[in-house]
Amino acid sequence: MSETLPKNNIFKVIGASSLGTLIEWYDFYIFGSLAVIIGSKLFPEDAGASALINTLAIFAAGFIVRPFGALVFGRLGDLIGRKYTFLLTLVLMGGSTFLIGLIPSYKTIGYAAPILVLVLRLIQGLALGGEYGGAATYVAEHAPKNRRGFFTSWIQTTATLGLFLSLGIIVITKNVLGADTFADWGWRIPFLLSILLVVVSIYIRMKMHESPMFSKLKSEGKVSKNPLKESFNNKANFKMVLLALFGATMGQGVIWYTGQFYAQSFLENTCKLDFNDSRYILLWGIAFATPFFVVFGAWSDKIGRKWIMLAGMLLGIIFYRPIYQTFLDDTDFTSISQTEIVSSTPSVHTVLIDQSQDSLRTTSTKFVLNDGSSFVKVQQDTLSIAKGIAPAKEVIKDKVLSKPVFWKFIGLIFFQILLVTMVYGPIAAFLVELFPTKIRYTSMSLPYHIGNGVFGGLVPFIATLIASFSGSTPLSGLWYPIGIAALSLIIGTVYLSNKRDENIND
Amino acid sequence: MNTIKKFLGLVWMVVGPLAMTFLVIQAIDKVGLTHTSIERTNTILQWGIILFIFFPISLGLMIFGFYAWKGEYERLPERSEEL
Repeated sequence: MSETLPKNNIFKVIGASSLGTLIEWYDFYIFGSLAVIIGSKLFPEDAGASALINTLAIFAAGFIVRPFGALVFGRLGDLIGRKYTFLLTLVLMGGSTFLIGLIPSYKTIGYAAPILVLVLRLIQGLALGGEYGGAATYVAEHAPKNRRGFFTSWIQTTATLGLFLSLGIIVITKNVLGADTFADWGWRIPFLLSILLVVVSIYIRMKMHESPMFSKLKSEGKVSKNPLKESFNNKANFKMVLLALFGATMGQGVIWYTGQFYAQSFLENTCKLDFNDSRYILLWGIAFATPFFVVFGAWSDKIGRKWIMLAGMLLGIIFYRPIYQTFLDDTDFTSISQTEIVSSTPSVHTVLIDQSQDSLRTTSTKFVLNDGSSFVKVQQDTLSIAKGIAPAKEVIKDKVLSKPVFWKFIGLIFFQILLVTMVYGPIAAFLVELFPTKIRYTSMSLPYHIGNGVFGGLVPFIATLIASFSGSTPLSGLWYPIGIAALSLIIGTVYLSNKRDENIND
Repeated sequence: MNTIKKFLGLVWMVVGPLAMTFLVIQAIDKVGLTHTSIERTNTILQWGIILFIFFPISLGLMIFGFYAWKGEYERLPERSEEL
């Protein structure tokens, strides 16, 4: 049935599926892109690093429940159909994103703020867990058998484009409103905007038809009675679920989230890059690399899925540490000489410390260097009547890179996202071909979301946690994605087959 | 290749519980540091989440290793009917 679908129809199917999936990714990622600001709104002002780690934990909670969403909605998709299931996930995702934008801050409702956001974040995770498998299955079941990699790779672009959209809207909103207004209430706009996007997507998806393969199964009365039991109680199927997880999606997940999320977190929090600079670098990197999802998806139709995905993992294992070391070296402004400084503009701000006669003096000095780069050095001194001046450690932040270094960083991010396209472009076709139609939604969703949601989604959280240990270096966090990718590479190399399943109509 | 698959199965069966033991030791160690000035943040919640999530996954790795040891991956199904 799928072979006879006209070309313009398959592109309609891809367009409608991709738009909804893109919006779901957008909804899911604005939280991560705004983690620092959200952390300051949800937790006490003096929480410091633990506010960021707790916010990343809430962010990670959304990833952790994705496998449960895969089970719940995957089962539903195999029972009632693909179309209505991912319509439901879209509504849940859009609704919870909109509500996150309305949650009062910690100052207004105390710890109810992070608890409410956590609940909404869990709903987001459940919805996304149900969405992706449905969209990938839906497109694959419409695609011609020799071009499944090419057509499903369009769905694969949506995760990256969703991140692109979220970063773009955040940067535009911040630049229009100004940094202070954005930090005050403007950060809510990207969340509230989601409701408009979701309404458009629901309208488009309502017009879609059910997958031809699922409709055929339904008309023949062959729909699975209990997809969960058939997926995981059947040893032959369960062993393939395990193989898909450990040999492919686990490594793919950490490569994905290192290149697109940890990179941003590292540039912003470890390298202390300026808010706009770190986002522009990622936006350019994504823009240049995104077409390669389709390139590698199409190539996998010709040479098989396995070696493209495993090559992406291998390159990540080899190059992550040198890349991140370069990030650190090129943003190190601690040893600049006086001759490099073009101008330095100090501004002093002094406030009285509560319930004492001491004052806190903050001196922010903006340095502009002769290569066009700049940074802000902040020093906070306590002015005590009893003890005199107690100087504190200087902090360098808001680093703006010189043009050559800026483009070098874009190149390094581009390379990391190129690896993402290698591991992620062919994976939907790979998973779809691994499982039969009647339990496909359930079976492929679980390894995908454990690999991406748990192993991948936890990269920023675990890497930041490792880097906060005593005795660790800023690069220590990278051992997590490198170790997981290495394990997946070995398992994939030894156990996976490079053969494509031509017939998925069963 | 089948012999390698089989013997690596033993490795995965060992790696699963080893990884879990490592995580438990790390969790006890790092959470214990919360009361000293060494640790910068309180990480009880974070380690709780990590253990809760990775326990079933390491169990899955053990089962994967067991299947590999039993030769279940010597020949992969080439058609969905075989599943």
